[in-house]
Parts: sequence; C-alpha cells; structure tokens
Amino acid sequence: MSLPHFEYFAPRTIEEAVALLAGAGGRARPFAGGTDLLPRLQSGLVRAETLVDLKRIPELCAIGFDPASGLTIGAAVRLADLLDSPDVQRRYPAMTDAVSQTATVQIRNMGTIAGNVCNGSPCADSVPVLIARLAHLALMSPRGERLLPIGDFFKGPGETALEPDELLVRIHVPPPPPYTGFAFAKLPARTASDISAVNVGVMVARQGGVCGEARIVLGAVGPVPLRAHQAELRLAGATLGARLLEEVGRLAASETRPIDDLRASAAYRRDMAAVLVRRALVVAATRAGLAVADAAPAGDATGASE
Amino acid sequence: MPHVIRLQVNGDRYEVAIEPWRTLNEVLREDLGLTGTKHGCGQGDCGACTVLLDGRSVLSCLTLAVSADGGDVRTVEGLAQGRERLHPIQEAFIAGGAIQCGYCTPGMEISALHLLRRRPRPTEAEIRAGLAGNLCRCTGYAKIVAAIQAASARMSDEPG
Repeated sequence: MSLPHFEYFAPRTIEEAVALLAGAGGRARPFAGGTDLLPRLQSGLVRAETLVDLKRIPELCAIGFDPASGLTIGAAVRLADLLDSPDVQRRYPAMTDAVSQTATVQIRNMGTIAGNVCNGSPCADSVPVLIARLAHLALMSPRGERLLPIGDFFKGPGETALEPDELLVRIHVPPPPPYTGFAFAKLPARTASDISAVNVGVMVARQGGVCGEARIVLGAVGPVPLRAHQAELRLAGATLGARLLEEVGRLAASETRPIDDLRASAAYRRDMAAVLVRRALVVAATRAGLAVADAAPAGDATGASE
Repeated sequence: MPHVIRLQVNGDRYEVAIEPWRTLNEVLREDLGLTGTKHGCGQGDCGACTVLLDGRSVLSCLTLAVSADGGDVRTVEGLAQGRERLHPIQEAFIAGGAIQCGYCTPGMEISALHLLRRRPRPTEAEIRAGLAGNLCRCTGYAKIVAAIQAASARMSDEPG
C-alpha cells in the first residue's frame, strides 16, 4: 500500500486539535485508529491534506464512570480499552457483547468506538446499543461544544450531523437505569469477525411483573440505524411470553427498510431481524429480572462466541 | 517534511527520519531491514503484517509509523529470546507442521503470542476467535490451532 502525501500533527489538547481541524477548512481529518481512514485514503475515497492524530490527547484516551452521570468515553478510546474496562464489563454488558463481536482482535486493538460512530455506517456494531442507551455525543468546534442525542446523529449511509469544523470528543452513556436490561445480537455475513448483515440493540424495563418501556434499535436494515417504534409500543405494559415476542419480532422486522447487497438479501435481512429482535429481548428481559414464559433459554440467544 | 521518530523494536533502539504517510510496515521492512513482518492485503483483512505495539497486536500496514513514535514494537524476529532457541510458539508451529507456504506465519505467531499472554490456556473456540484476524491462504488452520494448543501447554510448564 502506498498512501497519498499529507501533513501530520499530534496535538496535546482538544483546543489545539479543534483549531487545526477548523483552520484547514475541510481539508484535514481527525485520525485515531486509522483502520477505516487509511484504506479510504489509499483508495482515494477520502482526501486529506492534513491528519490530526487524537491519540496524544490524554482526555480523549480516558474512560470514566460516575454513578450520577454514567460512562464517558473519549474519542480516542479503542474498542479493546472498552472491553478491558471493569466499569463497562460490570454495568454495560450489552456494550461488551457488541464490541467483542466487532471486527478482529487487531482492529479492536486499533479502532475506536468514536470512529465506529463517525463513519456513519448503518451496520456499525456499537451503535444500536448506544442508541438504546440514549447516549449523547459531545461535539466540539471553535464555536463551542454541543451535546447531540446519538439518535439524531445519523443522516444517511456515511452521512452524519457532524459539521465540517466539528470534532466528536466524547460519548456520554447514561448510568444503567434500575430494573432494566440491555442486549445486543448480530448476524454476521459469515464469521463472527464479519460486518453485520443485521444487528440489534434492545432495552427492556421491568415494571412489577410486566414490561414497562422498551427500546428496539436495528442496524444494517435501513439507511441509518432504526428504532422500531410500533414493536416498542406493543411491548409496553405487556406480560412477556414466547408468542408475544414472536409477534414483536415480526412487527420490528416490518418496520425495517433493508436492501439487497453482497452480505444478504433484503428478504433474508427482514426474516433475520425478527429472529434477532426476539432473541435479544429474551436476554434483555432476563437481565432486567423479568421472566419470559415458554421462551428458549437465554444462553443461546446472542450468538456470542467469545 | 520528515519527522524524526524513536522506536524500540525487539529491544533495539532506533531513531529514523520518515515522511508522515509511511506505514509502520514500510518502515520496519524498508528502513530497518526487518522483513519477517509481511505485507499482505494492505487493507486490514489478512493479518500478515501483525506486530505487537506496546503489547497489543496491531496491523502494521494500517499503522502510521509517525503515530507509533516512542512505541515498543515486537516482530517475529524478536519472538525468540536468544540465538540458541526458538520461541515455544515457533517450535510448536514447526513440530506440528503448522506452516505451509509460510506467508501468514509471522502474523499468526504474533497473534498467538498476544492471545497466550492474555489467556495462557485458551479453549479451541478462544484460539479461533483470537486468530480471526489472520488468514491462511493455504487453509492450514487445523494444524495452526493444534500448534497453539501445544505451545500453550509448553509455556504453562515453563513460563517466559
């Protein structure tokens, strides 16, 4: 591989990085893992005169947890760092499930969750759970910082709400609400390391013995990750059972807008969306402490192999 | 404009002046003469270029050398600790016939080292997951998995 020529800066502060990016008038790119950016630079899909390396900015390399404000993930935090974080392991198991099934060991040792978000890919594995978690993105520009709900960030395949002079600096994930369970499930095109043909992130809240609020997010079945609102409403106040979850899975699948591509046909994606939603809901309900009548055991539900 | 970077590779210190668009793979192979690390797909799919950077397995073809400034790199040339004996992973690959054309071997062995440091006694499923980022064009996976199991048993007996 031979890369096109560019200038390289490794600032030590967020302010410096933002000034470098804004000063380049759209001809500079932030750079952290490089696992997506470098192949795109090589193929000419992305052009950049300047790369601004974020990995030397201590604040951007930090993961923080506070019971009141939740989890804070800096933009240069690698996927492997998240997997190694005791706070993430203990309190955000669905994020661990999603990240551990993303790409390969080497890519997880290099790539960042912020990069996974900013690529704007409809099939990014870390995104459905972040949406189900109601995460916020801290976007910094010379005009200041704004907090955007991650659900409002995706505009189309590869298109996001990020302004040309803005840098994603942190991802905020609220603290785990009581009596809730989250889950992730994915159908890779071939093996666990593959890009998803369908992925889902769900939340189930327990209200007494029934399901309270529920959230269902599906990836790779539309131009952006989608919420299945009708399926969510069907769950609210319901007693969970195998037949209901079948129905909710089919309802969620009917809310998707998949396409045919090299990874799967639209019809197969829709069928598998129903299956993954049902399986993920069983795991999330179990994690919320909610029984599911007549359901298959949660153990085989995520397809997690690691 | 060239950047002067410092690298520690297999315990040796280097200072090199490089252009920022050069990859760690290019600098290891072309500037330092360490051609054990291979260049395969150049896109992060095959794992032939895998090296340890600060203890983590990374793809040297997608790592800018300039961004590795100050880093500690271990390549296949640094697996064996002395000239007398190969590393237990290398011995197991040879004894088990886990090498066919050999092009994937340096990356496979570095990935195996990364895995065994974190999980000294991995299950077969953990070995396969740990090697998911390394492709063998000869498809000799069964013997590679068996070699890593053998190396795991040896290394647990005699750490180091």
